[in-house]
Order: sequence, then structure tokens, then C-alpha cells
Amino acid sequence: MIQIQNLTKQFGDKTIFKNLSLTLDDGEILTVMGPSGIGKTTLIKVLTGLEEAQSGTITIENEQFPVGTPQVSKQFALIFQDFNLFPHLTVKENIELAPKIVKKADQPSITQKTSELLRKLNITEQANLYPYQLSGGQKQRVAIARALAMEPQVIIYDEPTSGLDEQSTRQVESIMLQLKKEGVSQLVVTHDLPFEKTISDRTFDFTKEVSK
Amino acid sequence: MEQFISFIPGILSGLQMTVLVFLLTLIGSIPIGILVAIGMRSEYFVLRWIINAYIWIMRGTPLLLQLIFIYYGLSMVGITFSRFDAAIFAFIINYAAYLAEIFRGGLQAIPQGQLAAAQVLGLSKSQSFFRIILPQVIKIIVPPFGNEVINLVKDTSLIYVIGLGDILRAGSIAASREVTLIPYLIVGVLYLLMTGFVTVLLRQSEKKLNRWR
Repeated sequence: MIQIQNLTKQFGDKTIFKNLSLTLDDGEILTVMGPSGIGKTTLIKVLTGLEEAQSGTITIENEQFPVGTPQVSKQFALIFQDFNLFPHLTVKENIELAPKIVKKADQPSITQKTSELLRKLNITEQANLYPYQLSGGQKQRVAIARALAMEPQVIIYDEPTSGLDEQSTRQVESIMLQLKKEGVSQLVVTHDLPFEKTISDRTFDFTKEVSK
Repeated sequence: MEQFISFIPGILSGLQMTVLVFLLTLIGSIPIGILVAIGMRSEYFVLRWIINAYIWIMRGTPLLLQLIFIYYGLSMVGITFSRFDAAIFAFIINYAAYLAEIFRGGLQAIPQGQLAAAQVLGLSKSQSFFRIILPQVIKIIVPPFGNEVINLVKDTSLIYVIGLGDILRAGSIAASREVTLIPYLIVGVLYLLMTGFVTVLLRQSEKKLNRWR
């Protein structure tokens, strides 16, 4: 279980959220909803270490850390709305880069893990293609594989279905439900109500639950 | 034929100097250009101001004048260079300024999301720069960079102004001595061969980089 407690973020005098707290169980899919500009993206950025927060703690496996510390940030993987795959690297290289240079894992285990992820996400045939050669749905799956390669506690999705067709959306749903079965916690920011109804275990309504 | 052969040693020695100035300028100006481009994005106003002034001076005055100033001008205030060192120094700081502008354009063209994705994956700043940003910048800047490299081949002829013997000067001496235009013709062909070689190399790298978009 992950507990986020008393998270406060301000830009100058403007408070984006104050004392925000939420919990995320193992294997839970929590959707975060609310109108544009309310601070959902800022919350994602704070959790992943892209933005600093004024205060807040995160408890992972009964150990409490201040938000923004590298131990915390590395537990959150982010699937960007526009995927942000690295265009100069093949699918395989995109997945292998961080385990290789950040985790410094050995090559045989990286190769094995990558093959597993390619198979799991049904992108084995695309392993040696560059991102520009992929469809939107395939890019999404590569982004998920790249995130999973770092074995995070939580995967965060920023509008995962925007720009995807019906079939690709179904594929993303099925991957998310499969990851849920495996105990991966997932936090999803979305405006897509039918998608939210299919995958969500619980919804965090930013408008109701966050004070400014 | 005998007359033709008599031009060769002088022109070859000039060619050697031209190639040396060309290579040393590239080796020196590329890393400095990258550092200057990074400095242009610094949050420190004073550093940005100094860099902008440097680029303005380098791009706003002729390289010929800069060569004269560095070799003859600085010696009047006690800073002396050998002719060759003065030439290399002037070329490096001049070309670093032009290349910095090209690198800056390349850096600006990379979407912010690329850096964010690298950061979320846990890459350090230097890993993000060398593994993610720089390879993408290189692809973007190859065409304008190629123009500068070709200009550099031709600009090396300016070193005559501080008394160094490049290929054009060697041709000019031979032409005056023998009262013929043939040395100039040979020099022209050699410049074309050099720029042709550089063009082929650049096209090959563009082709290699076109594997991805």
C-alpha cells in the first residue's frame, strides 16, 4: 500500500492543492478526475519528481519518506499523454535504456526482462522498429513496457486513451487489468468516463476532495 | 610539365596548413559551441549577458578583423601569440559562436517531454543530455552545421593576413613567380575536392540519421 499524506503544492502565492492525502492499495486502479487546470497534472509531476512540493510525505511498505526524494520518485512510473518515447532508439532500446544505465543491471537479465515485456505487451514484432513506425496503440504499449522495465510500485497514466481508437483503448484496458491482477498499483488521470467505468476500482474527485 | 611540378611542393605545404587549421578549429569549436549553447539557457542573467555579448562581437565583426586584432592588437597590450596559435585561437572562438547559435536552435527544437521522460526514468542530467538530447540535436543540426563546415574550409584562406602560408597563398606565390594562372586553377580544384569530401561525409551522416524521425 502507498500512502500519500498532506501534500501541498504552491506556485508563488497560488495554492494548487493543500494537504492532499490519498492511499493506493496493491493492485488497485485509482482514477483521478476533475476539470482541466485543477492540478491533476501537477499532482502527477510532484509524485514523479518533475515538480517540487512544499510539503508532504509518502509511505511505502511502512517506511515514510518526504515527497520528492529519489527513493520515492523512482517508485512512480509515468505514461505520458503523448508517450514521449525516445525517437532515436528502437522499441527494444527504449525499454532497455534505463535498466542499463540507471539500474546498471547485467545484460542477460536485461535481455530476458525485455523479451518478457515485449511478449506481455504484444510488441515482439516491433522490437527493432523506431517509434515513428508504430501506431498510437503500439506506442502506448512501448511506453508501458519502458515503465515496467524499472519495476515501479505505481504506474501513473496521464490521459491514456486520448488520441487512441476504440481497438487500442480496449487493448490498454486489457493491459491495465492484467497488471492489476499482478498486483501493480495504477493511478489514472482521465476525462474518458466509459474508460473510467471499465477500469476504475475507485475514483478520486479532485473538485470534492482537494482543498485550496 | 616541369613548370607544373614546380608548383606542387609549395601547394602541398599550403594544403597541409589549411587542413590543420580546419581540423583544429573543428576540434576546438564544437565542444566550446555546445558549452556556450548550454550557457545561453542558464538561469544566471550575468552569464547569459556575457555569452550574448561574445556572440554579438564574434558574429558582428569580420573574421579577418578578429585575426588582425588577436595577432597584432593583443601584442600591443602584452599578450603575444605565435602566428599559428593566433590563427587557431581566432578561428576557434569565431566558429564556436556560430556553432553555439546552431546548437541553441537544435536544443530549442527538442520537446520538453523528452527531458521529462528521461528524468522520470531516473536518468541523471548528464545521462539525459548525452543519451537523449544530444543525439536528437545532432540530427536537427547536421544541415546548418554542414554549411558552417564548408564555410570553414574556405575561411581558412584568411590566415594569410597574419603571414601564414595556406593553400591559396601558396598558389598566389607560384602564380606571381611563374606569371601563370595555373596555380590558382589547381588551388580551386583542391578547394572543390575538400568541400566535396566534406559534403559526402555530411550526406552520409544525414542518411544514417534518417533511419529514425
